[in-house]
Amino acid sequence: MLGFVARRLTYLVPVLLAVSLLTFLIASLLPGDLAYVILGDQATPDKVEALRHDMGLDQPLLIRYVGWLGHILQGDFGRSFRTGQTVLQAVAERLPVSFELMILAELAGLLIGVPLAIVCAARSGGAFDRFVTSSAFGMLSVPTFLSAILLIYLFAVELRLLPATGYVPFAEDPLGNLRFMALPALTLGFAEWPGIMRVLRSDMIATLQEDFIALARAKGLKPSRILFVHALKPSSLTLVTVTGINIGRLMGGAVIVESIFALPGIGRLLVGAIYTRDLVILQGVVLLVATGFVIMNFIVDMLYAVLDPRIRHGHA
Amino acid sequence: MATLELAIEEDVAATPARRVRRLGPLFWVAFGWMVVVFAVALLADVLPLPSPTDMDMLERRAPISAEHWLGTDGLGRDELARLVYGARISLVVGLCAPMIGLGVGGALGMLAGYFRGRFETWVVGSMDVLLAFPPLILALAVTAYLGQSILNLTLILGVLGIPAFMRVARAATLTLARREFVIAAQALGATHLRILLRELLPNVLLPLAAFFLLGVALTIVAEGALSFLGLGVPPPISSWGSMIGEGRESLEAAPRLAFIPAIAMFLTVLSFNLVGDTLRALTDPRQGAL
Repeated sequence: MLGFVARRLTYLVPVLLAVSLLTFLIASLLPGDLAYVILGDQATPDKVEALRHDMGLDQPLLIRYVGWLGHILQGDFGRSFRTGQTVLQAVAERLPVSFELMILAELAGLLIGVPLAIVCAARSGGAFDRFVTSSAFGMLSVPTFLSAILLIYLFAVELRLLPATGYVPFAEDPLGNLRFMALPALTLGFAEWPGIMRVLRSDMIATLQEDFIALARAKGLKPSRILFVHALKPSSLTLVTVTGINIGRLMGGAVIVESIFALPGIGRLLVGAIYTRDLVILQGVVLLVATGFVIMNFIVDMLYAVLDPRIRHGHA
Repeated sequence: MATLELAIEEDVAATPARRVRRLGPLFWVAFGWMVVVFAVALLADVLPLPSPTDMDMLERRAPISAEHWLGTDGLGRDELARLVYGARISLVVGLCAPMIGLGVGGALGMLAGYFRGRFETWVVGSMDVLLAFPPLILALAVTAYLGQSILNLTLILGVLGIPAFMRVARAATLTLARREFVIAAQALGATHLRILLRELLPNVLLPLAAFFLLGVALTIVAEGALSFLGLGVPPPISSWGSMIGEGRESLEAAPRLAFIPAIAMFLTVLSFNLVGDTLRALTDPRQGAL
């Protein structure tokens, strides 16, 4: 296992380096010099030149990249020239919101997807299975912002049960926090359950044909026990990976959902930075999110190896 | 890196023959809708439609009438005309962006799958880097730097599609390159170029084409999401995404302003998914093995 972790870790380093380089290049090579953005209307050639020099923008690209990376490795991601807040402060402030949203969304997706998958797998090919499978296919064609609009219309405009926008921290008002989180999490959960359902269902159908399930049946175990205890764990391998990969999609979805529901998370920080052309924040957030995503994938790989020993021995 | 592909084919594999037959009428309904959207988008200039950008402040949010078939939006612009011109944007971006993915990703995937070795490692590695960025966030960041325009939007969404096309092409090439007809061609002394273009390409193209349709669906959604946030196509050009975004402001007064483009988008995305999935099921070699 240790050797496997080490192999994966050595792969992680070049990927992270390349991610940082790409983030840096996107921000540096594309038009829209930071100096012009900062100076805005008052940009004269002299002032721009002076500011470029102060900020080191007139240095060669490679030197700037190395300098930038050096700062980042020391935990200095830069400071917004608009709010004066450092990137890390801004992210730390908003991370809990996005985190809570993603966890609640994944929970909502699992709560809808897993039971449906188990019931479908138990009676695969039946009417209920066919109905759920085609609904899942249909749901995959519903973009997040569509289900958001639909949910807002139903629960906030028509029924007036839940607030459409706003946020209170969990520590201040747990119940109010969950009320504000309900619609955003449900929106993302709607996008999540079809994938969860499909993956678990097909793995479960395969597992149910295994000999040990036949043995469990022969022993006279209750069907529910067979499904939930014997079949669920060996069937959940792909689900773990998909859940991990979903984090990336969830982050993308969270950007939209946070904007729609006015949640002060990472997504809104990013969109706000784009609107105000706050390039330092933008660069820092993109790098942090991508790094988080890479590390998340690494963890998923590890989990996968724990669940299926064949992988860490290179047999799979 | 978790490189497991999000396979959609499991349930197809479970019941191969029946599924294709069952999708029959649905497939043609979806195909019919695609044809309608294409025709309307192509003929937008010829159709007797009011201008999609002319505002009429006296006729704001006018209900459905003989003059305005789907009413008018919050600025008094004809909703039907905006819908039709919006279809144009969705289709232009939705078709052009996956073309980039198809061309670049397909070529890279074929080369990687055929030549293997260090080149393959580099290609797969760089795709992993591209995949490290949550797609929508990278798209947002790049449009922020490049500025909003249909061209930039198409370019970035196209680049984001490259890894997926690369994987499909590489996977198909890997299995095909070991087949007898390729070995026979090599034995006959065919050049690499000839093998790639004459032997492999026709066989790789089929799964790529099916995947292309799924890519179109994904791109339409991504374009919609960016436009919905106001970071996609610049106003006053209408796009389904921006129409839904504008309609959100008047959910209480006129919910149809959000729901009409939403339904159009849903049906279009669903059609591309259905047709693409059916074609993919037909061309998937794994299905025959089961």
